[in-house]
Amino acid sequence: MTPAHNTPLLSVRNLRVALQTSHGQLEALRGVDFEMQRGETLGLIGESGCGKSLTALAIMGLLPDRATVSGSIALHGSELTQMSEDTLCTLRGARMAMIFQEPMTALNPLHPIWKQIAEPLQLHQGMDLVSAKARALELLDRVQLPRARERLDNYPHQLSGGQRQRVMISMALACQPDILIADEPTTALDVTVQKEVLALIRQLVAEDGMGLLLISHNLGLMRDQVERVMVMYGGAVVESAYTKALFERRLHPYTQGLFAAQPQLGLKRGTRLQTIAGNVPEIFNWPQGCAFADRCAYVKDSCRQALPPIELVPQMAHFKESQETDKPRQLAEHWVRCPEWQKLEAAA
Amino acid sequence: MSSAQTFTRHVQQAFKHRSFAAGAVIVLVLVLSAALSLFWTPYPVADIDIPNKLATASAQHWFGTDSLGRDIASLLLVGSQNSLLVGFIAVGIGLGLGVPLGLWASAQRGWVEEVVMRVADFTFAFPALLSAILLTAIYGPGLVVSITAIGIFNIPVFARITRGAANAVWSRDFTLAAKAAGKSKWAITWEHVLPNVASVLIVQATVQFAIAILAEAALSYLGLGTQPPNPSWGRMLNEAQSQMFQAPMLAVYPGIAIALAVLGLNLMGDGLRDLLDPRLSRTR
Repeated sequence: MTPAHNTPLLSVRNLRVALQTSHGQLEALRGVDFEMQRGETLGLIGESGCGKSLTALAIMGLLPDRATVSGSIALHGSELTQMSEDTLCTLRGARMAMIFQEPMTALNPLHPIWKQIAEPLQLHQGMDLVSAKARALELLDRVQLPRARERLDNYPHQLSGGQRQRVMISMALACQPDILIADEPTTALDVTVQKEVLALIRQLVAEDGMGLLLISHNLGLMRDQVERVMVMYGGAVVESAYTKALFERRLHPYTQGLFAAQPQLGLKRGTRLQTIAGNVPEIFNWPQGCAFADRCAYVKDSCRQALPPIELVPQMAHFKESQETDKPRQLAEHWVRCPEWQKLEAAA
Repeated sequence: MSSAQTFTRHVQQAFKHRSFAAGAVIVLVLVLSAALSLFWTPYPVADIDIPNKLATASAQHWFGTDSLGRDIASLLLVGSQNSLLVGFIAVGIGLGLGVPLGLWASAQRGWVEEVVMRVADFTFAFPALLSAILLTAIYGPGLVVSITAIGIFNIPVFARITRGAANAVWSRDFTLAAKAAGKSKWAITWEHVLPNVASVLIVQATVQFAIAILAEAALSYLGLGTQPPNPSWGRMLNEAQSQMFQAPMLAVYPGIAIALAVLGLNLMGDGLRDLLDPRLSRTR
């Protein structure tokens, strides 16, 4: 635990989200824990429906009405889950901001882009239209939108996908938030543009010293983008580690499967890509215990009965030494939610 | 490009759409004749000229005269004022109350939405004309009562359509993005939802306008709407009924006027629907 005088930027404790569905009340997040300091970058990885986006929306307080949240989310030590909608509105866009997956639909087609960037400025910093427009131009320059001055009055449909995502980023950064949540910010973009946009996010996050929570299902992307990765499966964090450590050493069977399933450059022709046997269970079919149990080769009876606890794993020696000393110790901790991790490590 | 040029271009574009062009011309004629009749009519509408009653169309009386010798053309011109007035006010009532209700329901969801929509359904259960007749039975016949009755019928129509379209807008990412930027529900409703449902509302408004004109004609025909001596197309129909066999044209002229007005508005609405639909718009 971090000492009390060092309040984390964001602290999520035992976050549970239940959704009211036609199948009854379903627990879609089964206790997510993490902490983030200023300037830290954290990746959240997992397949569709594992609860990545739900975690992000819960932090922003943007969950649909049919969701009930329990646990704690604290920003600078103040509890968000108990806050009134009005108070949350003063934080959203100002202290925490979010970038969405689909730049095509995340901009209002009826407003010129500068107006949309100006919105949070007017709202949170009380700027008038003229200075907000001037600031919008600065922001568009900052996100390297080419010919920004001419584009101020453009409508979203006049921009390409990559350009729109730059506009989204400038909207999110308008009020210099402490934390930026990027929910698959590049999934809808083509590969070359992806790289540019990611580089831009990385640069801006470093410049402003924000905390970044990056959500993606793309492993390769995590490697260059974040210091720490959390792997999610079935509404729970199954493994979390320093990015470099995770790329060397995977201890959860799901993480191992995820890495093994990655296509590699230079594979022999005809080599079959590895897959994880079985399918992701639908949320209404989640087992009582570990959601991965039915696809796991190492499954034990205890895994099926209850969600295994997450365990702290001793670090590899060379990581202990090479860590940057100014980073909090937690950043480098390796956690895994599998009672059989030692067996798995031995097998790998 | 200046905004005036853009506007001209949009108008040119719009008039390439045939049914919009036809509808717009008819509606324009309707509006112009109403405007004209405020200053000038061939004859004063209240002038009774018994010796000349039931005259057929001639150079003096373009459409002839009615059973009291009044000039039909003048009556039709002045009657258009009445129809427009009813249309504007009834649609205004519907928009003014129905749209906020629909937006409110859509922003709140949950029980608010349920209540608003069930009340709308309840109002729908009574045919508009029937509730209008009920109101006139209580408050006595007259233009104000009939306009109010038609307007009240319009409220659930607009509430429903607004709520439906608004729900679709709320499900789009940019409203979520606006929330993430710290906007309140009401600010998002005003700045993002309303502009995005406006096109649907404009189209519906033209259709409801036509329905309002029809309803007013029906009420006046039944003697519940506009009262004599004020001319109204519906009342002209009513008065023509007794002369059906001596002067059948008396019923034909106001009938054509009503049909044309309704046709024009519907064509215009149809055209607007196409023109405002971004999926169908070719160039912007």
